[in-house]
Order: sequence, then C-alpha cells, then structure tokens
Amino acid sequence: MSAAEFRNATLALGGRVVLQGVSLEIGAREFVGVLGPNGSGKTTLMRAILGLVPVDPGMVQVLGRPATRGNAEIGYMPQVRGSVANLQLSGWDFVAGVVDGHRLGLPIAGRKARAEIDRALGLVGAGELSRRPLAELSGGERQRLLLAQTLIGRPRLLLLDEPLISLDPRHQAEVVELVKTLQLELGITVLFSAHELNPLLGAMDRVLYLGNKQAALGTVDEVITGPVLSRLYGFEIDVVRLKGRIFVMSGTHDVEHGAHQHEHNGGHQHAPRRVGAG
Amino acid sequence: MLSYDFMRNAFAAATIVAIVSGTVGYFLVLRGQTFAGHALAHVGFTGATGAVLISVAPLWGLVAMTLAAGIGMGFMGERLAQRDVAIGLVLALALGLGLLFLHFYTAFATQATALLFGNVLAVDADTIWALLWLGALSLAALAIISRPLLFASLQPELAEAKGVSLRLYSILFLSIVALTTAECAQIVGVLLVFALMVGPAAAAQRLTRGVAMGVLLSALLALLEAWFGIALAYYTDWPSSFWITALSAAVYLVAVLPRPARRLQSEY
Repeated sequence: MSAAEFRNATLALGGRVVLQGVSLEIGAREFVGVLGPNGSGKTTLMRAILGLVPVDPGMVQVLGRPATRGNAEIGYMPQVRGSVANLQLSGWDFVAGVVDGHRLGLPIAGRKARAEIDRALGLVGAGELSRRPLAELSGGERQRLLLAQTLIGRPRLLLLDEPLISLDPRHQAEVVELVKTLQLELGITVLFSAHELNPLLGAMDRVLYLGNKQAALGTVDEVITGPVLSRLYGFEIDVVRLKGRIFVMSGTHDVEHGAHQHEHNGGHQHAPRRVGAG
Repeated sequence: MLSYDFMRNAFAAATIVAIVSGTVGYFLVLRGQTFAGHALAHVGFTGATGAVLISVAPLWGLVAMTLAAGIGMGFMGERLAQRDVAIGLVLALALGLGLLFLHFYTAFATQATALLFGNVLAVDADTIWALLWLGALSLAALAIISRPLLFASLQPELAEAKGVSLRLYSILFLSIVALTTAECAQIVGVLLVFALMVGPAAAAQRLTRGVAMGVLLSALLALLEAWFGIALAYYTDWPSSFWITALSAAVYLVAVLPRPARRLQSEY
C-alpha cells in the first residue's frame, strides 16, 4: 500500500491553481525530498495530504484512504513561526501541548501521556534539552523538539515542511541525519521539503520536484536533469555536478541558492532572538 | 480595616476577579491577544453607560457588550490582527458613545470615573454574587476547552491539521475573555484591565517553565496585587486602582530584570 497517492489532482490556493492534474505515488517507508522554487506548492501539497486543501478535480489517498483532516497517522511539522522562540515555556511542556490536543479537558498529562512524550523526546535525543525554556534554545535544538512533536501518536507518515530553514550547514546535516535514522528505525515514510537539494542527497530515496503547476517524482538521476527541470522552471536550466554536489543553474545563476538566500533572510527574524544560547 | 463592610466586600470582589483574570490572562498573553482584551474593555464602556441610561446595572451592560464584541472578534479571527486603524477607530467610537450616554444621564457625574478607573470600594453584596457566578462560569468554560486551546495557541498550523477548529476556539476563548474583562472592570475600571489581566500573566510567563505552574503563579500574583492594592489604598487614601496598576507594573519589571538577576528567581 502506498503512503500517499495523488490521482490527477488539482490543488488551488485562494483561486490560484498551484498544482494541476498531478499524479504520483509515494511508497511506504520511502524518504522523499520535496523541492521546487518558492510558491511551487510544497506546502500546499503537504496540506492536501493533511486534508486541509480541497482537491478539485482529482483525489488524494493517504495510507489507502481518502485524505481527511485530523488523520492521526500523519505527523506534521509546519514551517517554524517566530512566536515560539520567545517563550519561557520548557520544551517538555511545548511537546506535551500536542498530546491529545484535539480533546476537551485540562492539559494535564497522565502517566501514559508522559511516557509518550518521553519516548518522542528520547527518539530525537532531546530528553535533556527539553527541560530548558524555548527562548534559550538554538534553532537546531528547537527543530528537534518540533520533530519530537511530530512523533507523538506514532504516525506512519511524516510531513516535514522546510525543517532546514535558518539552520547553518552543520545543523542542517544533523537534522537530515536524525530524520533519516528515525525513518529507518521506525519504518515510516518521510516527505521532507527543502530549498536546496544537496543537504538531502545522501538521505533521500527519491525526489519530488515541483514547479510550473507540475510535479516530477523519481530518483535524483531521473529528475535532476536539464530537460526535466527546464520544464518545471519554465526556462532553460543546466544541471552541474561537482564533487558529489549538484547545482541547478540558469545561465550563471544558481536558482536553488538564490531562493534559499531569499527565504533565509525572512527566517532570520526570529533567529537572533535566542538569548543566551551558549 | 476588615471591620468595615465595604472593605470586606472589596476584598471578596478582588479575590474572585483576580483569580479569574490571572488565569484567563495567562492564555491571553500566551496567544498574543492582549490588545483584544484592551479593546473589549473599551467596547464594554459603551455597554456599561448604555445600561445606566436604561436603568440596568452597569455590570450587565458590560457583560452583554463585551460578549457580543468578543464573539464578533473571534469570527473575524486573523484578519482583525492586521487592522490597527479599524480597531483604533472602533475603540474611540466606543468610548465616545459611552460619553454620549453619560451626557444624557446627568445624575451621576462620578459614574464615568468609576467605570473608567474602577471603584472597588463601592462594590455591594449583589455585585459580589454576580462576580462569583460569572467567574465560576468563565473558569469552568476555560477548564473545558483548555487543552485544545493550548494546542491551538502553541501550534496553530499543527492543531488545524489535527482537526482542531482554530476559529471555534478563538470565538470561545474571546467570549471567556469578554466575561473576564467585564468582571475586571468592576475592580480597576475599563481603562486599566491590563493591570490585572496582562501584568500578572506576563510576569508569570517570564518566571515559569510549565503551563500549570504559570497559570497558578499568574493567578497568585493577580491576587496579591489586588489585595495589597486595596490595603495600600485603605492606609494611604489614594485610589486602589492606582496601587493595583503600580504593583502590577512593579512585579512585571522585576520579572523582566536582566538575566543574571532573573536566573535566581526562575528556579520555580
């Protein structure tokens, strides 16, 4: 059974068609990197899997069933927002806020819930740092807690939306390695969106590249080619390989790097707020 | 001090209101909606003066008006946050209308001051019962929705994906805030609800690392600020609202002191 399947699916956001007639199938226990320029629909694709974006026409199946809101088998890491970074709340309490969060009642964790939180924190190696307040954590440390949140409820499919934004290359590599380890250990499917291809090269089984309302899913060698990417970008793209790294170029301009820089500046707004991280 | 009826009433009313506003305020600050609390209080002024005009107790005018405004704001949701000008104009209009109502009802010149800045020493037994029931209602409603509310406040996008309706909880929470604002206005007046709803909660959030601990400390700080404020008013003959706002500001200032000094206190 496939983890997620799009059948001739068209997704629109506020009247604008983001993806048109997309068909693709993501297998169980696959690590799929989701790439593409800004606005190409990476977030929209994930939100469609979560049942938050209507599919019309076409359909989206998740783990053998039509996509619906509140699917407990999906773990989701939204793009980080700045507000969390200023809280004095401990990481443990932050993760605990997710457990049974859809049920009414007081947010007091019982023994079972505490075990679940500790398990999730242990899996990402954040047991120790979860006692510190969010405001004192670095971007990479907060990313671990967000990852722990996605593991609450033992999902079979993880949707990670830009987990590498505003991290330096060393922390980027750490996050990718951690997610890869989790994916193999827990035997789950991972969709991991990013601006740059290179940090994911060692980890992903296949790449899903979005652009121009279309999608291309395949191995890196199949998808990251001049003709395929030229079609997705809508202009001439050259793929340059150098010492195991791949550069997606338009003329002399690295298109992925340019996009990343742009987003990086936006993401920086909350990064300097981490007070006394050292 | 406690041999006077009006002082016992004042302490009873302040106790109820402080516990409710400290608790509700914690979530208000966590959600970054403190301005909404302020806005609701201003709108409440219109309701209170309007009620006086038609010979109804100001408290019920406050409750009706803030509740209606709270639900309306909840429905508008995110869009409201980006409309400073619209909110500002509505606030000004609300106060202006309140003034007009007072103009028609000339018998009480002190009424305006009491509504704007509070007059806890004038609280009677009937009002205390009303505060108790409203407070119990607010806290019970908050207890019921607190888990999804916390989830929606900390991780809105994730909560939405897990099937939590952000709009529903926004409306329910702002209704609770509306009731609390109406209560709070009885003690410190509509202009100063920040003192009890935001000050203690913001200080508590600086000093604690857990939600339960934060809510408890927030309620405790609000309680102490209200009690000491009234006691100081009794001994100095200065307005109690002044003392409560002064204490609220002082406590917050201590809570946000520079790092080295704060480390010692944050071992809660």
